[in-house]
Amino acid sequence: MSIEARSITKSFGTFTALRAVNLEVKEGELVALLGPSGSGKTTLLRIVAGLEFADAGNVLFDGEDATERSARDRRVGFVFQHYALFRHMNVFENVAFGLRVRPRRERPSTREIRERVHELLRLVQLDGMSERLPSQLSGGQRQRVALARALAVRPRVLLLDEPFGALDSRVRKDLRRWLRQLHDELHITSVFVTHDQEEALELADRVVVMNQGRIEQVGTPEQVYHEPATRFVYEFLGDVNIFHERAEDSRHGGIYVRPHAVEITRRPIGDGAVSARVQRVHVAGPTVKVELVTEFGDLVQAEISQEQQRRLALTREDAVYVRPNESRVFSEDYSI
Amino acid sequence: MTSASAGRDWTLADVPPPPRTASAVADPPWVRGLLIGVALLFLGLFLLLPLVTVFGQAFSKGIGVYLDAITDPMALAAMRLTLLVAAISVPVNAVFGVAAAWAIAKFEFRGKSLLITAIDLPFAVSPVVSGLIFVLLFGAQGLLGPWLTLHGVKIIFAIPGIVIATTFITFPFVAHELIPLMQEQGTEEEEAAVSLGASGFQIFRRVTLPNISLGLLYGIVLLNARAMGEFGAVSVVSGHIRGQTNTMPLHVEILYNEYQGAAAFAVASLLALLAVVTLVVKRVLEWRMGRASRAL
Repeated sequence: MSIEARSITKSFGTFTALRAVNLEVKEGELVALLGPSGSGKTTLLRIVAGLEFADAGNVLFDGEDATERSARDRRVGFVFQHYALFRHMNVFENVAFGLRVRPRRERPSTREIRERVHELLRLVQLDGMSERLPSQLSGGQRQRVALARALAVRPRVLLLDEPFGALDSRVRKDLRRWLRQLHDELHITSVFVTHDQEEALELADRVVVMNQGRIEQVGTPEQVYHEPATRFVYEFLGDVNIFHERAEDSRHGGIYVRPHAVEITRRPIGDGAVSARVQRVHVAGPTVKVELVTEFGDLVQAEISQEQQRRLALTREDAVYVRPNESRVFSEDYSI
Repeated sequence: MTSASAGRDWTLADVPPPPRTASAVADPPWVRGLLIGVALLFLGLFLLLPLVTVFGQAFSKGIGVYLDAITDPMALAAMRLTLLVAAISVPVNAVFGVAAAWAIAKFEFRGKSLLITAIDLPFAVSPVVSGLIFVLLFGAQGLLGPWLTLHGVKIIFAIPGIVIATTFITFPFVAHELIPLMQEQGTEEEEAAVSLGASGFQIFRRVTLPNISLGLLYGIVLLNARAMGEFGAVSVVSGHIRGQTNTMPLHVEILYNEYQGAAAFAVASLLALLAVVTLVVKRVLEWRMGRASRAL
């Protein structure tokens, strides 16, 4: 099912969480809402779910206005950051909940419920754990139960609020890959909220970058990473250097360049090379990180390969030339 | 010491062994002994001794007098009234307490802090004053007195007055117990339930109520103990009509004032027994709640 949010505005007291936000999610897509905390991404997700109501604007499911529909009638599967499992029910009962609360004439029989729950528990690889209480599970297992519970009612949309936020990084990576596979199998329209750019870029078909209650850019992971529309997107999606090629550049915002796109040479080559002094070299790790200061006083972080470092043999206080490859300039009207 | 400062490399042998007391905040044994001793002595003197005395006095004239005292028609009437009062005010306050705690813990609204303060009012006011408030409201010379007399409704010096006063005195117990519990639990489970298609009543019965059941039971136990034992407010509004408006605590006082010491203590022993049972149930619930919260 497709989702559309039209000029959604929402404030909490004096704080404006969303300012006339428009968003479209196509049928079967996996979309990430990415942004720092307070950017409005969770609020937008909760408004789509019907857990929160917008001050203005509409939510449409398959082109049909669902703004006034309660969360109960939206048939939306919601997965919470802290799982929100029913603590007094075992895994089986948690997953069965959505089926058991249906009105009697729509409720599946006990046997159908049992089959459906076990099918879902197999899907999330927890079939042997149906008797356990949530407190007896690890974080990753709890989140999988939460997912099975949300899927039990055959939702038309799956919404996930920081689904991996409370997990440690290893479990998070495993679960992330597994969620992508699951989505590829089920093709259920899904939106997840995250503040982790790596997660958004790796998992989503499209990424929605949000900041201060507005959408900064919507695009594929490649688009938002390589062609950021705004300064904010550029800075939020990775480490960034701000670079001045001439002294008079300081009037402008400067050139934006990622550390891996900074070229370091012993001699000045080509246009735009600026002389710089090496401040620090970190060789440990897959790449070598070099900190430099340019002749115009900009602090620059560069990443070069171990092989380049063997060739250049950079050490502290070396005088070198740096040149940005793949840089971007943002016009002044984007400045904050 | 001097050798270390003289520049010699230190070896493991120089490192002093860890002190024998495991904790940095542990006090010397005599301090601990003294504190525990004082606490136990105090407990014995002010709690255990009176309890023993109550039972000792109750049986001082033999088991016959004891049984006579607690099967006396006036005593039985007092017990019936006490049970009736508890049977009304406990459920009323349980429902009110859950509703108030629910509102306070799960919603944001204007006047919330006022409500929280108001709930504590009966704890802050002396029970005698609480009783007087109702006399001033419903008494013959009170605010609503003439209207009530005109319509033949008797509240003061009658059972309704006792029920109202008891309910007023005991209404903070359940809410007090549940507000922090429900605030800590938050609303996520309810949100999950609604997104799974549950109705308001289903959410309450299947999610909220099981989550607060132990806390609710705990509040009800304390509420019940107080409802049965309340003296001050009830004394003011009851009128002490034997066989009609005497609750157990009032009955004890009357017997005592009439120099029927053994009989007074016999009835009092029943109240003391209630206290002991309450404490045991309370302890069991605390133990189970502790386990439940640790399990998370």
